[in-house]
Amino acid sequence: MHTLTTLVASLPTDTIAPASETVRAGVLLVAPLLVGLPLLSAAVLLLSGRRSDRWGHWLGVLASAASFVVAAIVFVTMLQRSEDSRVIDVSLGTWIDAGAFQLDAGMRLDPLSLTFVLLVTFVGTLIHIYAVAYMDHDVDRRRFFAYLNLFVAAMLILVLADSYLLLFVGWEGVGLASYLLIGFWNYNTEYAVAAKKAFVANRIGDLGLIIALGIMFATFGAVDFGTVLSGADGGASEGTLTAIGLMLLLAACGKSAQFPLQSWLGDAMAGPTPVSALIHAATMVTAGVYLIVRSAPLFDAAPTAQLVVVIVGAITLLFGAIVGCAKDDIKKALAASTMSQIGYMILAAGLGPVGYAFAIFHLITHGFFKAGMFLGAGSVMHGMDDQVNMRRFGGLSRYMTITYLTFMAGWLAIIGIPPFSGFWSKDKIIEAAFVPVDGSPWRAWVFGAITMLAAGITAFYMSRLFFMTFEGKRRWSTKRDGSAQHPHESPKLMTWPMIVLAVGSVGLGAFLGIGDRFVDWLAPVLGHPEHDEPVLPVRVITVLTLALVILGVVIAWRRYAVSQVPVVPPVGTALTRAARVDLYQDSVNDIALVEPGQALTRSLVYVDRTAIDGTVTGVGLSTVLLGGWVRRLQTGYVRSYAASMLLGLVVLVVVVLLVQS
Amino acid sequence: MTEFVAPTVDWAALSPVIIVLLAAVVGVLVEAFVPARPRRTVQLTLAVAALAGAIIAVAALWSGVEETGGTVVLGGSLLVDGPTLVLQATIALLALISLMIIADRTETGEDAFAPNAAAVPGSDYEELARRKGVQQTEIYPLVLFATGGMLIFPATGDLLTLFVALEVLSLPLYLLTGMARRRRLLSQEASMKYFLLGAFSSALLLFGIALVYGYSGSLRYSEISEATQIPGGLDSLLLVGSVLILSGLLFKVGAVPFHTWTPDVYQGAPTPITGFMAACTKAAAFGALLRIVYTMLPGLAWDLGVLLWTVAILTMVVGTVAALVQTDMKRVLGYSSIAHAGFILTGIIALNEAGIVAVLFYLLVYGAATVGAFGIVWLVRERAGGHDGADGTSSILGEATHLSQWAGLGRTHPLLALTFGLFLLSFAGIPLTAGFAGKFSVFSAAVEGGAWPLALIGVLASSVAVFFYVRIIVLMFFTEPAGADGEPTAAAALAPSAEGFALAGDAAVAVQARSTVTTTVIGTEGFAVVAIAACALVTVVLGVFPSPVLDLIASVATFLP
Repeated sequence: MHTLTTLVASLPTDTIAPASETVRAGVLLVAPLLVGLPLLSAAVLLLSGRRSDRWGHWLGVLASAASFVVAAIVFVTMLQRSEDSRVIDVSLGTWIDAGAFQLDAGMRLDPLSLTFVLLVTFVGTLIHIYAVAYMDHDVDRRRFFAYLNLFVAAMLILVLADSYLLLFVGWEGVGLASYLLIGFWNYNTEYAVAAKKAFVANRIGDLGLIIALGIMFATFGAVDFGTVLSGADGGASEGTLTAIGLMLLLAACGKSAQFPLQSWLGDAMAGPTPVSALIHAATMVTAGVYLIVRSAPLFDAAPTAQLVVVIVGAITLLFGAIVGCAKDDIKKALAASTMSQIGYMILAAGLGPVGYAFAIFHLITHGFFKAGMFLGAGSVMHGMDDQVNMRRFGGLSRYMTITYLTFMAGWLAIIGIPPFSGFWSKDKIIEAAFVPVDGSPWRAWVFGAITMLAAGITAFYMSRLFFMTFEGKRRWSTKRDGSAQHPHESPKLMTWPMIVLAVGSVGLGAFLGIGDRFVDWLAPVLGHPEHDEPVLPVRVITVLTLALVILGVVIAWRRYAVSQVPVVPPVGTALTRAARVDLYQDSVNDIALVEPGQALTRSLVYVDRTAIDGTVTGVGLSTVLLGGWVRRLQTGYVRSYAASMLLGLVVLVVVVLLVQS
Repeated sequence: MTEFVAPTVDWAALSPVIIVLLAAVVGVLVEAFVPARPRRTVQLTLAVAALAGAIIAVAALWSGVEETGGTVVLGGSLLVDGPTLVLQATIALLALISLMIIADRTETGEDAFAPNAAAVPGSDYEELARRKGVQQTEIYPLVLFATGGMLIFPATGDLLTLFVALEVLSLPLYLLTGMARRRRLLSQEASMKYFLLGAFSSALLLFGIALVYGYSGSLRYSEISEATQIPGGLDSLLLVGSVLILSGLLFKVGAVPFHTWTPDVYQGAPTPITGFMAACTKAAAFGALLRIVYTMLPGLAWDLGVLLWTVAILTMVVGTVAALVQTDMKRVLGYSSIAHAGFILTGIIALNEAGIVAVLFYLLVYGAATVGAFGIVWLVRERAGGHDGADGTSSILGEATHLSQWAGLGRTHPLLALTFGLFLLSFAGIPLTAGFAGKFSVFSAAVEGGAWPLALIGVLASSVAVFFYVRIIVLMFFTEPAGADGEPTAAAALAPSAEGFALAGDAAVAVQARSTVTTTVIGTEGFAVVAIAACALVTVVLGVFPSPVLDLIASVATFLP
């Protein structure tokens, strides 16, 4: 029996880290515009000030759309090339030239990065359009669009970079932009705190990336993808590669809100809803998945790191699913589902060659249906006076038909009902999880079961969300000003993006999944892995999964659509109560990190005040006393001056003679 | 009877010295024969030409010395080698800049010197001389004589020439110190002190020379150096003699415990002279000290090391600590010059080529900042009665040297205060000023020479010193001017920055006593502005691009034996 690893090892290395070619002319030279356009637009919007308030948002939309057009041009060009010449480097000149360390800045255009570019620019543009209407009443709409453009540009730098260092630039840019956007309404202290939390969690992840950069440089003497990824095969010990892999995983955990750095994601809902859609669907949280898949050759050579990746993915997967079951805030429930779905992707990425392509596949379909649902949630809030408590929704299907239908497409996609998008991608991940690794079936059983179980839980909580919002009896409260709620459909600028995304939620999975079209497209980067048969027949896996999904939907239907949903949340079981507070994540953080940290700070401040300040003050004071004494010696009498000179001379002579003898 | 053989003299190599001393002699004749009216113009032209000529002469000698390593002149009495030329250029340049400040009569038409120094202070005769606008133009030849002595001092090759040069440079300085136009008693007292203590240290030096001669039978550095290599029974004679010689030189640089004259003399001397003295005397004396330590006494490095270490540490500490509690600007700068002497000593103790380069460079940058700083002190004056002469009764008095009088200067005269701040930052050794490059080079030379504890103390002392430099900057820029209602703030500004310093009281009293006196900045004839700008330029340029000058010095930093 061929095991997976031997098959992977037998793959020619150039299919894993293919030789790239450098482009110096041709249509692909427009690639820098991908990043340049949104970046320029952000700069214009930020620098032009109030005078661009009237048209600034359209400039933002235009920049994002133009970037998408460029991406489409590059995509078409790429399709015309033969499969083995689809990895292209566009050099942008020397970036760092410091003795032994030389680094060119450049863009790597290959199917993987292009997939992300298309997703980011396409979904990003739709969200931009949506935000024009959603942020209509905000006085700072121009600034908001500047940040959105910045966010898109940073994400594009991240995925287009041809070295880990340039990737890090984008990585930090994304962190900055998310901080600015989550805290966009920073006059609300809670929101500002949420932004800070996201920033801090991200910083911890960034530390991982920095350390990984350091180890890479120490090991390979370079940080560009070409050298590092081709050097991974035999260029470094497994221990080193494991260390790099774990540090990259830490980075991914911060950006992709994976356990144990997931706590910021729920709070990040503080930002305006388009931001949530952008963070959750197209950008930011996908960066971690990208990082791991991009570093595939490193992880392939470090099985231990891979195992940890899988475990982190599995934990987050369940964690998010459980939290999602208990949340009453529609955006926080969606956030929990994001966490869980990204867990799927990370898990898939940790499975090795068998899972990389599926991780990206799920990322793409998720990008569409999650964006659609977030925009739908925003639309609901728009119609319900910014109400987010699902216990105060109910029966909205009649009042906002388009939102209802598009949201339904997203719902069916995320729970994996065929033929909707999510089915095609999620089912593949579950199958991959059931593939034994190293010939030992236990991992296949454990992770396969977890992914399957999570699919059932996902079906339950997403159905809960859907039914509580759109079905059942109306449980509306009054508006903030006391008048009655008048739910209404959102303007066209908001519904059209939702419709487009819904089309993606319905058909994209089948389009890409049937005939392995997507896997083939990524093959120039990720190879064509052969793999073992899963421990269960594929058909059985699919049927079992679907059965669990339907079970989840039915339970949710009975509890949240047929029976009356209480307006005040019931006390619930211990697990529910725990899930409502994110399984005590914040408390754990507080006890494990915040309080010791604050205690440390306090003690440092104390030491600083008493010991250091005291010493400094003491030194100052004693210096001054000494100075006063010296000043008294300076009597002004020549005789005493001469005497002191003589005395000093005698002392010096004695000292010199003593030393000499 | 042997025939007298006239020594062949390489006059060209002596040209910098000869030009300056010749001009000084001519200056004396000018005093005697040129009518009073054009006399100042003639003297000033002569002096400027002489100093500029000295610089040109040094430049002309440069390439030859760079090739050959130097010339022995007058049978070994004078050594014209790389360090000599660097120091002569430095001294001539700083003297030239100082001369511009000395010569400037300002908008009041009065220079810094007493109209008739021989008159009894406060007498009718003095007042008459002042009214008639009498000017003491003897200062120009005096400055030139002093400069001539300074040019010889670091070039000397034997102990007798050393002593002669010391006296040539000192005697005019004693005189110049006593010639201040304002506070004449203080000035004369300073002059007297300087003279007495200078004579005392000269006596010590002479005694040391005698002892060393007794040991080695020679006055020539190179021969003494050879003699110290031979083990003999009279080691203590040599040691005590060396200590005495060093003490004579350390007196000139103002190192502890031979520093006591410094603050009093710096305070009492006419301010432009203080700048000249602080910059040029230090350059000359350190040059001589450097040569003696490196060429005459290298065999005693171990024995004398303890002396130099002790003196360096004491100098840095005492200079820094004492400066903290001063309330008079000129005394602050005086003590700071003592501290700087300590820093330079660490470079000398390094006993390596980097040490030579560092010391020579430091002397240049310190000198430039010092001349500039004293130039500015000279322009900040007291004004008696009414503001801005509105009632016609106001008159410009002497320098406003009390620290509290400098409060708010940054608001009323921002450019001047900025320039002064630049010099202070250079003293403090803040990066991007020349002072930083200088401190960095002496301390790194010290570390390279194994004297890292000295470098450590130096860095600590520098960081303490930053305190009082920055305090002055804060005072200038962030404190209300000491006007009618500004007195408490000025006093308070000194008090909090000096927690528990017994200073606030002094300041308050001082301000109260001068309540009718305001601080002002007087206009100049232009010379002083050029001079101060030149100092600022040197400070900035050598701060940002020190390496060309350091390389230039390093290319010739070898002593002739």
